[in-house]
Amino acid sequence: MAETDRNPWRRFLALPNESRTKTIVVAFLVSAVCAALVSSATIILRPIQTANRAAEEQARIERLVVGIPGMAALFEQSGGTLSTVVIDLDSGRAAQDVTPETLDAALADPANWTTLERGEDEAGLGNRPDYAQVFLLRDGEEISLALLPMTGQGYGGRIDAIMALKGDMNTVAGITITRHSETPGLGGRIDEPGWQASFAGTEVRDANGEIRFNVARVGSASVHEVDGITGATRTGNGITGMVRFWLGPQGYGPLISAIRRGEF
Amino acid sequence: MARTAFWSTLTDPLIRQNPVTLQILGICSALAVTTTLGTALTMSISLTVVLTLSAGLISLIRRHIPETIRLIVQIVIVASLVIVIDQVLQAYFAEISRALSVYVGLITTNCLVLGRTEAYARHHAPVPAMIDAFGNGLGYSLVLLVIGFVRELFGKGELFGAQVLPLADAGGWFTPLSLMLLAPSAFFLLGILVWAVRSVWSEQTEAPEQSPAFRPEPAE
Repeated sequence: MAETDRNPWRRFLALPNESRTKTIVVAFLVSAVCAALVSSATIILRPIQTANRAAEEQARIERLVVGIPGMAALFEQSGGTLSTVVIDLDSGRAAQDVTPETLDAALADPANWTTLERGEDEAGLGNRPDYAQVFLLRDGEEISLALLPMTGQGYGGRIDAIMALKGDMNTVAGITITRHSETPGLGGRIDEPGWQASFAGTEVRDANGEIRFNVARVGSASVHEVDGITGATRTGNGITGMVRFWLGPQGYGPLISAIRRGEF
Repeated sequence: MARTAFWSTLTDPLIRQNPVTLQILGICSALAVTTTLGTALTMSISLTVVLTLSAGLISLIRRHIPETIRLIVQIVIVASLVIVIDQVLQAYFAEISRALSVYVGLITTNCLVLGRTEAYARHHAPVPAMIDAFGNGLGYSLVLLVIGFVRELFGKGELFGAQVLPLADAGGWFTPLSLMLLAPSAFFLLGILVWAVRSVWSEQTEAPEQSPAFRPEPAE
């Protein structure tokens, strides 16, 4: 036996690999180093990723608007920009003291979120922000298109989407999924333009004003339904819940009524 | 002498010991991301980087990894590297990162990575371990690129997104084979590739596990 080393690090390294101390310390060190690596990569790269995501969302909005028949010309006319309005979801009016620039800061404050009761939480969110940013395209004074961002819960996690409603606030003009983590090849197909195209022309409410929108499991039977994706029932249910919630009284319902009354 | 050893460590996995066609490792991603050459190339580079770095790191601490927790230690290291790579892709190659979706994350469970660290890096010094890992990464990349090349060329008539074969829709002569863009085509191509490789390098052929049962002539 060699004389004991003074240096505790070397003494530790000399321990037999199978000793309990060494096992625990090695496990701890490896996890600590890896955790530091992962966290620093995430934090350093986050600003770039956020910028990417914002740019991508902008591009998707443009594609969505341009892809709707008759909207490209109007979009050109308005100079290629949409008017951006922050809405107070409870009153359905433009928010007084929150602008698109201060929206992120406002939403960082938990006081600006509303906890949802079980019965009214169709989208499975738990809570919803009090303010939301919507995009409007006007033809003169009339609103001809409203783009409403939505969030729901799919099979693999959160789904973010933007739905475009025509001026009657009932006919869907199009939808784009901005973010999801559904299974590729199954629920992930909500990303495909082909499926998203099937939303166009769907009517959200029936004559009595009831929300009837539904992602059908087998063949859409009515004007309120969209064909589901085979093997992605829960993703479809998530989309149904999301649309129903966000167009309902807890979501953009008040805004939709206000636009219909011509108050916007 | 040492140089030739390094050389064969590096080049063996390209064809003779190719991890995909010989050992049939890591084919999940090989099938999923090869619809275009661009995604195949990114996946190849990501996997090669992860494989090489993890082999180096694990080999560095190989004398101090307790046997009882060695798989967990290896997976933690591999998974951390994968997350870092995924974050880098999301930041600088957002478009490609979206095309690869979950498959970057799945590098963690790619049998190839764990296979190399477990079989080679754990018993060798960092430099040979990294060379071996790099060679295996290249072998994997080679297969991915070959399949990606065929699928993109015949599925879309493009290579790296640039039109190579004039499409019939646009007045050319080429009608895209949409089967090539679906997952089954990758199975077919990989099968054909394995068969081709094993016909040329016949020592790769495995002995049949069972011989056909002896069947006496049925009595009349």
